[in-house]
Amino acid sequence: MCSYLTVPTDVAGSAKGAQGWFSVTSAQVYFDHPFHAPFDHTLNIDFADPSRGPGARVAVELSAESARRLVESINAALAAAGAAAR
Amino acid sequence: MPAPEEALSAGNVGFTGGDGAQINAYQALPAGDGPFGGVLVIHHLPGWDSGTKEITRRFAAKGYNAICPNLYARQGLEVDPDDAAAATREAGGIPDEQFVGDAGAAIEALRALPTSNGKVGVIGYCSGGRHSFLTAVSLPVDAAVDCYGAFVTGVVPDGFPLRVTPLVDRAPDLRGPLLGLFGNEDQFPSPEQVDELEAALQAAGKTYEFHRYDGAGHAFFAVDRPAYRPEAAVDGWQRIFEWYGRYLVGA
Repeated sequence: MCSYLTVPTDVAGSAKGAQGWFSVTSAQVYFDHPFHAPFDHTLNIDFADPSRGPGARVAVELSAESARRLVESINAALAAAGAAAR
Repeated sequence: MPAPEEALSAGNVGFTGGDGAQINAYQALPAGDGPFGGVLVIHHLPGWDSGTKEITRRFAAKGYNAICPNLYARQGLEVDPDDAAAATREAGGIPDEQFVGDAGAAIEALRALPTSNGKVGVIGYCSGGRHSFLTAVSLPVDAAVDCYGAFVTGVVPDGFPLRVTPLVDRAPDLRGPLLGLFGNEDQFPSPEQVDELEAALQAAGKTYEFHRYDGAGHAFFAVDRPAYRPEAAVDGWQRIFEWYGRYLVGA
């Protein structure tokens, strides 16, 4: 299905896109048809700075299973860093 | 004269959208003097992508002038189609009025081609299926094809982020015969929603033909996705060209 449902969140940091590094201010998270990945649906994340226009975007399209593994890896890395990641 | 698929030309063209905005489109033309029917190809929610441009070339390869406007061109003519799609998605999609304006401009562009026979059909997939129906109830077309368009019928869920409304009440306005191709495993549109559309077309006395495929779900034409169903897609393409051959070819 086309879910269209998007879960946005503010982020602070940088990403490297087609024009090099830029600051990102938002992450759009949604589960829907991918543009490129060879799956019917993927967990998509757009790291973006909308104020810089549509091209200021770093996109990933992940299978549902790999997206869940990514969440675990992020949480594990943050936990391992301890106080430094608080 | 070579067969159309052995001599066609394709590339980007610019034209003015219904609201006066400069937008771009992908156009594919068979070689020769024609006269050829025209096909307006409407891209799906992921945007003006390579797959839809390939579909546009396919119509030229079968002897039709075909054009696929970039419905997200207002994000910028030079913006990558995937970035434009992401930004448009974040904005809640495109308004129906804006779409109809662009579709009308594209239909006029097809009819103005020197090789045109004056007839134009429309086709769309997924969200483009709804747009194809919207075109056919809003603008003068000679034939329409709706490939698993969601929210022509049915109820849009509460809190749905895309600005979209059902169109079934407009079935009496249908301007050209409608071919509908649907997967019985699809949920958007579900078989019951396809039934609802069929009942509305019958009640309005419209010319239509529906084909519903077992074992196929949404996006069964998409060759690079697991959803691809060769039997449904091959039969579907044959139905499409029979439909356009009936309504778009000849004087």
